[in-house]
Amino acid sequence: MQREAKLIQGNQAIAEGAIYAGARFFAGYPITPSSEIAEECSRVMPRIGGVYMQMEDEIASMGAIVGASLTGAKSFTATSGPGFSLMQENLGFAVMAEVPCVVVNVQRSGPSTGLATKPAQSDIMQVRWGRHGDQAVIALSPSSVMECFTLTVEAFNLAERFRVPVILAADEIVAHMRENFTLPAPGEVKVFDRKKPSVNPDSYKPFEPGEDGIAPLAAYGSEYVFHVTSSMHGPEGFSNNSPANAAWKVAQLHKKIERYRDEIVITKTFDVEDMDVLLIAFGAVTRAARAAALEARKEGIKAGVLQLVTVWPFPDREIAELGKKAKTVVVPEMNYSGQVAGEVTRVLGPATDIRRVNKYNGQIITPGDILEEIKRGAKEVL
Amino acid sequence: MSHATGQKYLKQDSLPLMWCSGCGNGVVLGALLRAFEEMGFKKNETVVVTGIGCWGKADDYITTNALHTTHGRALPFATGIKAANPRLNVVVLMGDGDSVTIGGNHFVHAARRNIDLTAIVVNNYNYGMTGGQFSATTPKDSYTSTTAYGNPERDLDICALADVAGANYVARSTVYHGYDLQNHIKEAIARKGFSVVEAVSPCPTHFGRNNKMKVSVEMLKWLKEKGVSREKYLQLESPEQKGYFVIGKLVDRDAPDFSACYEKIRVRALVV
Repeated sequence: MQREAKLIQGNQAIAEGAIYAGARFFAGYPITPSSEIAEECSRVMPRIGGVYMQMEDEIASMGAIVGASLTGAKSFTATSGPGFSLMQENLGFAVMAEVPCVVVNVQRSGPSTGLATKPAQSDIMQVRWGRHGDQAVIALSPSSVMECFTLTVEAFNLAERFRVPVILAADEIVAHMRENFTLPAPGEVKVFDRKKPSVNPDSYKPFEPGEDGIAPLAAYGSEYVFHVTSSMHGPEGFSNNSPANAAWKVAQLHKKIERYRDEIVITKTFDVEDMDVLLIAFGAVTRAARAAALEARKEGIKAGVLQLVTVWPFPDREIAELGKKAKTVVVPEMNYSGQVAGEVTRVLGPATDIRRVNKYNGQIITPGDILEEIKRGAKEVL
Repeated sequence: MSHATGQKYLKQDSLPLMWCSGCGNGVVLGALLRAFEEMGFKKNETVVVTGIGCWGKADDYITTNALHTTHGRALPFATGIKAANPRLNVVVLMGDGDSVTIGGNHFVHAARRNIDLTAIVVNNYNYGMTGGQFSATTPKDSYTSTTAYGNPERDLDICALADVAGANYVARSTVYHGYDLQNHIKEAIARKGFSVVEAVSPCPTHFGRNNKMKVSVEMLKWLKEKGVSREKYLQLESPEQKGYFVIGKLVDRDAPDFSACYEKIRVRALVV
């Protein structure tokens, strides 16, 4: 069968990925550089029996997708910096109430309104720690238009499987970049649907984990009647303030992700077998890192790239394994403080030669920027 | 026909109610659950969505589906539920803080969107749960934990806001007028589109104690006296000064609700 390749934007591929994954509810508020996702959903959702809702703000958008998900719909929202900040409270709700949904954060340059149309990778720590209360999260970061599609599908799969919100931490570059894209045929990419209860409705407990550590989730309107709360709750879903229950619940929210860590963490490697210089990158910057590594090899420096496709949970073991083989490690990222470089340092320890390449002026990190640091590293360490 | 008791919607094992003696929430809860019974609502087809506050704890006593959300955000969660599954009966329980103070923006837009939700707003003129601080409905110059010298701010009329924002049905009653309240709740639930019932309710623990109505009976007398029909209200001279408010049905429209409008969009989208 001849398939039609299209030249599309990352944002469009995210919308396509969501629909492919079965999303039938989008609620959002327009914000640059994510608005094309909303626009695409507004056109497609009414044609496929889905719903597009433009809410009054991002607080409401996040609430609406949680509500929709509890009726059994796969739901998502898309936003950027200021909107992502507004979503934190109800994103925490989704964590606590174990409601599957996907939040796309197309990162732009901040703080505050910042450079509204320019790229950044400066929300990585906000993605991890932006909400009050201790919790684990899953976040993925695409580096191409195709990954915008596949990782959106994966984000829904992880959300459905583990009853969690999953964050797609994209950036303005991949979101607005256009590449050739061929829509996979139905069934070509795996799509996972949430586990529903099979017990008698009278004995259903919406927060009682099964043997796999995950509690089946019924839908409002099904034969099951259930209670969901943002307050500390027991397996039955009603408030329970006992210390033993609180300890169980908080641990359970972490453990269900820790247990499946190896299945959640995705990394990709390029030319790392013989490398002396390890580049650790994520999102659009991966592309610059790969180009820089190829250039370095032309100049006789053995450089390889580790792409963090999953940014949270942090790929610490993968980094540790490759990091010990490297003579120097370079971490390029579009932020000032080295949000990922700090984590890499935590993993590899202060004895490792770790070099940072940071750009925070709204401009892309170029292969040249990275190559410069590779060469400096080679000169000093190799 | 025997009178509805609402018992089957009351979560008996959670009793007694956590609310203070003299609180009006139990009266509103009773009216709501009896309305459910009279309307023959099935528990699995009904979702009660609550916010945060004393009245926001009501879901703990209800046996239908329930979603206890974040402060002020009950309406967006409920909007998602209703838009995704319009067959569900979705009732939203909020206080004056939830509905028109922290959640004012959502209240305006739920009404504008005319989404088929029923908001039962218990207005006790202050934040009971956190110790009686003033809210957007606290009358000017009255005393609360954070207005020790009187409230410098003007109060907001919940029903008038719902009216101008486009709600299909708006009524105000009080917990003194229990039967009337129940009938308004029933009418509101039956009406397609966004409906609001404001239930003015005593908080003797905080608002009453701070404003010379320490005993609940005094507050009930106050509701009885100050809640008047529109006709009587119009006869009063400078009513604002006297603190009277209108009870009864205030808005009665039949504009198409969000889901009906969206259904038309779906048809158009397929034609284009």
